[in-house]
Amino acid sequence: MTEIYPHKIESKDVNLYYGNFHALKGISLSVEKNTVCALIGPSGCGKSTFLRLFNRMNDLIDDIKIEGECLIDGKNIYSKEVKIDELRKRVGMVFQKPNPFPKSIFENVAYGLRVNGISHKTLIEERVERSLKQAALWDEVKDKLKKSAMQLSGGQQQRLCIARALAIEPSVVLMDEPASALDPISTSKIEELIYELKSQYTIIIVTHNMQQAGRVSDSTAFFYMGELIEYDLTKKLFTNPSDTRTQDYITGRFG
Amino acid sequence: MDIPIAKLYRDWNSFSILGFIMYKGIGVISWEFISEMPKDGMTKGGIYPAIIGTFCLIGGSILFAFPIGVMSAIYINEYTKHGYFRSFIQLMTSNLAGIPSIVFGLFGMSLFVNQLGFGDSILAGSLTLGLLVLPIVIRTTEEALKAVDDNFRQASLALGATKLQTIQRVTLPIALPNILTGLILSIGRVSGETAPILFTVAAYFLPKLPSSIFDQVMALPYHLYVISTSGTNINDSRAMAYGTALVLILIVLILNLTASAVRRYLSKKNNIN
Ligand SMILES: Nc1ncnc2c1ncn2[C@@H]1O[C@H](COP(=O)(O)OP(=O)(O)O)[C@@H](O)[C@H]1O
Ligand SMILES: [Mg+2]
Repeated sequence: MTEIYPHKIESKDVNLYYGNFHALKGISLSVEKNTVCALIGPSGCGKSTFLRLFNRMNDLIDDIKIEGECLIDGKNIYSKEVKIDELRKRVGMVFQKPNPFPKSIFENVAYGLRVNGISHKTLIEERVERSLKQAALWDEVKDKLKKSAMQLSGGQQQRLCIARALAIEPSVVLMDEPASALDPISTSKIEELIYELKSQYTIIIVTHNMQQAGRVSDSTAFFYMGELIEYDLTKKLFTNPSDTRTQDYITGRFG
Repeated sequence: MDIPIAKLYRDWNSFSILGFIMYKGIGVISWEFISEMPKDGMTKGGIYPAIIGTFCLIGGSILFAFPIGVMSAIYINEYTKHGYFRSFIQLMTSNLAGIPSIVFGLFGMSLFVNQLGFGDSILAGSLTLGLLVLPIVIRTTEEALKAVDDNFRQASLALGATKLQTIQRVTLPIALPNILTGLILSIGRVSGETAPILFTVAAYFLPKLPSSIFDQVMALPYHLYVISTSGTNINDSRAMAYGTALVLILIVLILNLTASAVRRYLSKKNNIN
């Protein structure tokens, strides 16, 4: 693909081991600012592991070893000076299963602000409203902000989780199969949303849904057994892949 | 083991005991009985100081065991990694739970009463009872924390919250209803124990209320023991004994009901469980 430096996000020859298991094998990949990068591949190939490198969620796992460099805005996020909680404020994450806190809708979105020491009431209210609007949820919940988030439908909960991630104004958003647990209507809402968000955020999204990758992403990376097999513009990768394994995967011959 | 017969038998058993004590004790219970000092060699009057003493011991021991127990469990479950160290602490906690209560009584006497010089006092008794229930609080809190879905912790951390913030704002509130179960169990245990208070706080006959934590008090289980075994006139105080037992059971019942109401309210608020 066209190389325009500097990249927003970049990994350089990253190897990751769970104990003795070599889960990521020499991955080098870069993502341009304000684009959507899709990660595809059969389950267990390392997509989630790769995604979690960029907000250092892998660090929570015992007995893990990471080699190589991961850069955001040209800075290695694994260097000693980087504080993990500061990093996570710049890199939001949406999980596979919607996981709102058992708190009110309002408090869910305000959570990230509060833990960052923001206590100004009107500022929080503004940010909550803006984030819910960005996540296309505002109209559905504006009259019940005090109600528990657990009462929302799965699709609404996932959009709430997106709003929660956006409230702290990250510049990168990581999404791990954000629509896999949702019905088709909620899924298309989330896809539209991703398209909207691209103008302000750089997004990496894991998906096992090829059509979805085709619809929402600018570039696509195909992983297979811990290796990055092919990385290209989405159009190119889906119409004219250069590796036969990619070809086999996107035509549904395995996985 | 899911044998309905065994459960039936157990339920029937506890109901029949409760029923028997009700039947024998209800006649003794009156306003005087719960609000007056014992009189005439504990064959007449009331059990007021023993009720107050039991409340002091419940309060004191919970005040000691609850914060330490909850913090220990947080440390074990949230800060130690899986492995030998964690298993070792857990094994020791279970061991502590298996020690007979009389041993706690003797330990409390030698450490708190003699070594630290608290004398026979509410302080020494509360600390001893606190030690006794500490493993219960630790165990139930650990279970409560383990039951909190890891997705909530991850969601919090991914938003840039620190580990401590995550514990304070997400993990503990979600676990709270179940942690309260530990509190309920502890209260039941503390109010009924005799052996740990025998040498550390309990007074045989002390018809006045404590004025500081260094005072001795009467306590319901010990009072019950005294009037049914070694009182000056056991036959005359028999009815008093049933009344005392009934009051003790009712106190535990009311405390448990209150705690489970609070528990239900909290889990409804959380909208989980
Ligand atoms: N915490 C972990 N400990 C050990 N192995 C893990 C762990 N998480 C994932 N793995 C292994 O690493 C590989 C990649 O997993 P993952 O990144 O979740 O794949 P994907 O998201 O593509 O399905 C799998 O073989 C999985 O079993
Ligand atoms: Mg995955």
